[in-house]
Amino acid sequence: MRQVRVHGRGGQGVVTAAEMLARAGFLAGHEAQAIPSFGSERTGAPVVSYCRFADVPLRTREPVLAPDVVLVQDPTLLASDRPFAGLAPGGLVIVNTTADAGAVRAEAGAQEADATVLTVPAMQITLTHLGRPKPAAAMLAAYAAASDDITLDAVQQVFRERFPGAVGEANAAAAAEAFAYVRDELAEVAAAAGSEA
Amino acid sequence: MREVLEGSQAVARTVARCRPGVVCAYPISPQTHIVEALSVMARTGELADCEYVNVESEFSAMSVSIGASAGGSRAYTATASQGLLYMAEAVYNAAGMGLPIVMTVANRAVGAPINIWNDHSDAMAMRDSGWLQLFAADNQEAADLHVIAFAVAEELGIPAMVCMDGFVLTHASDVVELPTAAQVDAFLPPYRPTQVLDIRHPTTIGTMAGPESFTETKYLQHLRFLDATGVIESWSERFREAFGREAGGLVARYDPDTLDRDRLAPPASSDDLVVVAMGSVIGTLQAALAPMRAAGIPVRLVGVSSFRPFPGDALREAVGASRHVMVIDRALELGSGGVLTGCVGRALAGTRSRLHSVVAGLGGRPILEASLQEAVRMALDGELGRLEFLDLREGGVPTPTAGATEVAR
Amino acid sequence: MTTVHIPFLQTGTLAVGGRLLDDAERSVQSHADRPSSLTKGHRACQGCAEALAARWVMDTAVEASDGKLVVANATGCLEVFSTLYPESAWKPPWIHSLFANAAAVATGIAASLHAQGRDDVRVLAQGGDGGTVDIGLAAVSGMFERNDDVLYVCYDNQGYMNTGVQRSSATPAAARTATTPAVGRSPGQAFGQGKSMVKIAMAHEIPYVASATPADLRDLEHKVRTAMSIRGARYLHVLVPCPVGWGSASSQSIALARAAVQSGIFPVVEARAGELTDVQRIRERADVEEYLRPQARFAHLFKPGGEDALARWRALADANIRRYDLLGERS
Repeated sequence: MRQVRVHGRGGQGVVTAAEMLARAGFLAGHEAQAIPSFGSERTGAPVVSYCRFADVPLRTREPVLAPDVVLVQDPTLLASDRPFAGLAPGGLVIVNTTADAGAVRAEAGAQEADATVLTVPAMQITLTHLGRPKPAAAMLAAYAAASDDITLDAVQQVFRERFPGAVGEANAAAAAEAFAYVRDELAEVAAAAGSEA
Repeated sequence: MREVLEGSQAVARTVARCRPGVVCAYPISPQTHIVEALSVMARTGELADCEYVNVESEFSAMSVSIGASAGGSRAYTATASQGLLYMAEAVYNAAGMGLPIVMTVANRAVGAPINIWNDHSDAMAMRDSGWLQLFAADNQEAADLHVIAFAVAEELGIPAMVCMDGFVLTHASDVVELPTAAQVDAFLPPYRPTQVLDIRHPTTIGTMAGPESFTETKYLQHLRFLDATGVIESWSERFREAFGREAGGLVARYDPDTLDRDRLAPPASSDDLVVVAMGSVIGTLQAALAPMRAAGIPVRLVGVSSFRPFPGDALREAVGASRHVMVIDRALELGSGGVLTGCVGRALAGTRSRLHSVVAGLGGRPILEASLQEAVRMALDGELGRLEFLDLREGGVPTPTAGATEVAR
Repeated sequence: MTTVHIPFLQTGTLAVGGRLLDDAERSVQSHADRPSSLTKGHRACQGCAEALAARWVMDTAVEASDGKLVVANATGCLEVFSTLYPESAWKPPWIHSLFANAAAVATGIAASLHAQGRDDVRVLAQGGDGGTVDIGLAAVSGMFERNDDVLYVCYDNQGYMNTGVQRSSATPAAARTATTPAVGRSPGQAFGQGKSMVKIAMAHEIPYVASATPADLRDLEHKVRTAMSIRGARYLHVLVPCPVGWGSASSQSIALARAAVQSGIFPVVEARAGELTDVQRIRERADVEEYLRPQARFAHLFKPGGEDALARWRALADANIRRYDLLGERS
């Protein structure tokens, strides 16, 4: 089972991100479940949502306590919302920011955390393509670039289905750019690791 | 077709396929997504030959449903919490008049303090209203139960609530397979009202009954309710045959080891602790108990699918030879214990069973697998009291951290 | 209606009869084959104007709908005296659900009929002032606001008579009720309280609003017919004297209704889409005393110390006469 937690603010499509993730995971052949954090629908309030994938039916209704993957849609939550809390050892944290991984760890107080931290300027990419601050597609594409859980195709497909027409296409374009960005980032990391070795 | 759908969407689409003639709506969380989805379908024509009425209160939502049902239409509405209590008078009235309305209750706590999150206090407050109360364990069952509910309600002339945990199910997205329109058409008989305001055969509905007839009226209502257990079983069985999956019924049994739902699972044995639960916590229990079983811990799971009528016989059969029962209860009878526990206790009266009432998940407090496992261990070790509050933080009301509503992260 | 000259053999132009007229000119009630929607044998009090008005209203509505009428009734006297199980005094299909929800139940029936393509069947909702002006107001307002295809009739006897004559928000100033006793410095219901349901209905700008009394059968029937010729939300407010609640002789119900109109206390009006379109002029002006004195609930007005309240009543009548031009002085 893979467990994902999404951090963001009301209005950024945090709940939609988890639902789209579940749909993309389902397209990738998994059983899937998305659980929004319940309540506050106020714009700007911190919001959390959860997603699970598994290859057996998902039954539990427990919130995700020990995520394998954490997506942070708003970097201003790094200090206050404890995105590294409960992270499984070797977990993946993807942050929407123009800063680098080191700055993210410092901001979150997680310098020593056993985690892969990737950053992607998802908001900039999304504003370029979509013109609205809803970076879910870019964030999910970044996740697709960094793991085998979901694919870029699946992310693009679920956004096209959910938002037929121009909005779906803009999300798909943002997803493609974010995917390419993270693949480059990973290549750099790999190259750096290779040169160190 | 298997697909990922939000619980509310799954319910709304299934309700639409049951072809209601009148749907009325008044917003209250966490039920709103259902009626929002139906409003779209009413406009696009997916929900055909249906009047969608936006009303000014839940009291009117149920009252419009009463008029619609008496007018000869299949009537549907949805509510929760304060809304259910605000319509309480009309809820009783619909049952007394025998109008087979189907209503989704997206279970939510009742204030004060105001709380929009899940527990079962709302439905429990209506437990003697004369409605059938069918509880969904997951979103697949929530959708399926609506088809069964219309069939059962209309055969009996008794209204039915389909209870699904607010937010936990209504707002969660799961892989579901909805009954198709063709399947529902083949399964659910067309609405044929037993009493209707018909100009060709004028009737008076809703007369006053004096002391000379009220007791008999209630007694007949009681007999009808006793019939309901057989009718629920029969339609649930037909559903299983038609759709190839279990939904509804009176009591859900689970395989001792896989914890899969299985109507043929054996009753519990005298060594077993039986955990009785209702609603979405069953899923968490399935996940929590499977590893315990694998470790050789003698624990079994029994789900209550029909809370009203309460299936005492079926429950006793499922509990079998066990005399040790733990009830996970999402509603509290103040000063006494869990509401479900009270019903289970009455069903097990005379069996000399040890009964624990574990009150859990009030007002949206997440029920954690580890906490359930701990309660089971304590019960088996003789350390669990008759009434326990799961994950109770002693020493006063904790102050939540900013933005944290569900669990310490 | 065309003008027909008839011998003046009956007691005045407002009399129920009309049997000297051609069939087509007669009132519904003067036909031998009137529907009698509310049949004899019910348990209403002697002199109950609500029972009378309800039969007249419903007979007219049944005729206007060609017998295709469904009725939703609020809890109250009308419901209790007509439907004690196992008997029913109603001929049309009729439902009683609750006190506060007759308008919403009627909406449901109308929605159901529309969904079934049965727009030929019409829906009437009715209740007393308590079920309309007080506890049922939200549902009535909702039905108005949505412009649901329902005629709502309020039989206003100005209090909770079914429960033993308590004050409602339709109880008039100074009236003694069980909860506004005629004791203390300002006996009875306080001045300056209460609400006008006709004005509230007009404020919703629904297609048709009217008031009427059983003192004028022709007018009442005309208003029901007019209402039935229109689709959408319609409201009819009928003043119905209550011998028990008002402390009046059971023979005086019609006379009291007439006095209420002729004194200016109860304006008989018609309005369309929020605009006043017709006002019945006072034919022969009566003093408010003619209306008040026969009612025991106002007895304290005619004792020493009641002069001030009586003067305020006259002022209320004068204000209505001015506001609605009831004497035709402006036209």
